[in-house]
Amino acid sequence: MREAPAAGPGGVWVFGEQEEGRLHPVVPELIGKGRELADRLGLPLAVPVFGRGAEAAAREALAHPVDLAIPAEDPELWIYSPEPYAARLAGLAGERRPEIILAGATAIGREFLPRAAVLLKTGLTADCVGLEISPDRLLRQTCLSFGGNVMAAIVCPGRRPQMATVRPRVFRPAEKGGRGGRLETAPPAAGPPAVRKRRLEWLPETAGGADLAGADLVVAGGRGMGGPKGFALLERLARRLGGALAASRAAVDAGWAPPDRQVGQTGITVRPKLYLAFGISGAAHHLAGMADSDRILAVNRDPGAPIFSVAAWGLAADALEVVPALLRELGE
Amino acid sequence: MMEIMVCLKQVPDAAEVRVDPATRTLMRQGVAAMVNPFDLHALEEGVRCRERLGGGRVTAVSMGPPQAAEALREALARGADAAVLLGSRVFAGADTLATSRVLALAAGKLAPGLILAGKQAIDADTGQVGPELAAWLDWPLVCYVAKIREISPARAVVERRLDSGREVLEVDLPAVFTVIREINEPRLPSFKGRLRAKKAAIPVWDERELGADPAETGLAGSPTAVAEIFPPPRRERGEMPTAGTPAEAARLLAGKIRECRPA
Repeated sequence: MREAPAAGPGGVWVFGEQEEGRLHPVVPELIGKGRELADRLGLPLAVPVFGRGAEAAAREALAHPVDLAIPAEDPELWIYSPEPYAARLAGLAGERRPEIILAGATAIGREFLPRAAVLLKTGLTADCVGLEISPDRLLRQTCLSFGGNVMAAIVCPGRRPQMATVRPRVFRPAEKGGRGGRLETAPPAAGPPAVRKRRLEWLPETAGGADLAGADLVVAGGRGMGGPKGFALLERLARRLGGALAASRAAVDAGWAPPDRQVGQTGITVRPKLYLAFGISGAAHHLAGMADSDRILAVNRDPGAPIFSVAAWGLAADALEVVPALLRELGE
Repeated sequence: MMEIMVCLKQVPDAAEVRVDPATRTLMRQGVAAMVNPFDLHALEEGVRCRERLGGGRVTAVSMGPPQAAEALREALARGADAAVLLGSRVFAGADTLATSRVLALAAGKLAPGLILAGKQAIDADTGQVGPELAAWLDWPLVCYVAKIREISPARAVVERRLDSGREVLEVDLPAVFTVIREINEPRLPSFKGRLRAKKAAIPVWDERELGADPAETGLAGSPTAVAEIFPPPRRERGEMPTAGTPAEAARLLAGKIRECRPA
């Protein structure tokens, strides 16, 4: 194993993902964790922010305990695309030599950070749920693999920066309160990369699973809901509670719910504050996509069903009978 | 004639893998190996592109141990025209950077107009190899492709899903696309395909064949290392009150929901 390089003088970086001048909710979470790591290492914390509205978002970042915000608003960064974003992040990192770069494990972060890692010829760990500084001053990155059955601690001993994408909603957002951090606009890149891709349309969408992945409350159904009628009841329940509807693979395969509602290993991973499971037995494939929820309440006929091994509270009852009664109870 | 390269990974049925709590090693004995489910969608899309273009060749490529040839045989049975195993002792222990490096060298030899891969593998779940492959090649990358609307040898129009919407992009080829499940329904292997796959010779490309620098492959070429593996914390089995009638059950549950409901 190589000797660990000297700590990067650029400090700890948190990528400031933003849209129209507003930071993505994961950014304050990463600032909170990044601050802790930077303090452990005695290094500054910086937030590069790209795209149209970057300066406004950079000011928002400086309302948190951040030492430096680096907005870049070059025209090729206006519409997100992995090639210019990766080139810009790697370019800045090459000049300023950060020790660590963190980004949210969002669709964007998971797409362009790998490209930046190749440009920097360094390591990248995906979708981390834990970050700490080890006694030998390495970033110890914890992630889940094998559908959540295995946790692994990953280190990047010999190259810099150490890079990680971090799962949203794992870390507590940083307290508000700046520390008089500076704003330093990045000069435009010398040679913007060739354009080999053009956006023809952008269709904003809240349906189609996007609402599900970030939901605080999920109402999920499985085979025990009996059919499309059972799912119509769950949809009413989800609306009543202000939650998102989800389904097990069995229910999706049966055609009772559309594929973009599927939670599990080959579907969407969710981590809501409250997950209500109705008629879901809890196959390992399903648990892989929801077992990290803060609170799980389950209703299933079979008291021995594996769903009850992850549920904080459960009822051995027929979900198809309980859901209509619950709708009445909630005064729908 | 367009060459279409499809990246496949042989994975264990991830839901069945556990950590031995005593030795802290993976217990994967008896766990079935399979083609990463997302990659089957990439393969299907490759075959459909070939059909739409009225010709071309789909080559399935996998880096892995000798037994990964089985995954490539399945790809042949499901419609791939050719398959190559990227195999060598020096490739072992690769992280995503070293894996994508070897795949990029294979792409250099095959000269595809399009590379397709699943959005992630279900074992390590990184989703990094496709994007890193595009980076080594300096090709455009589109992840989470839900539909290929148009394809010609020079360009493609694709729809992909981001967190807050759907984006339609025109992309110059060659490019790398990673696909999500909704893109298609993979066909099952045909009987004829199975026979052909059984008989097919699968070439193995090693570091010499690929002109790979061993320092960039396998353990030596991997910046990251696994320091430790361990089982996730166990949850205690929750409380399970006895429910009487559905109405009683609903009352109990409604109370619990009010108590736990996010503000």
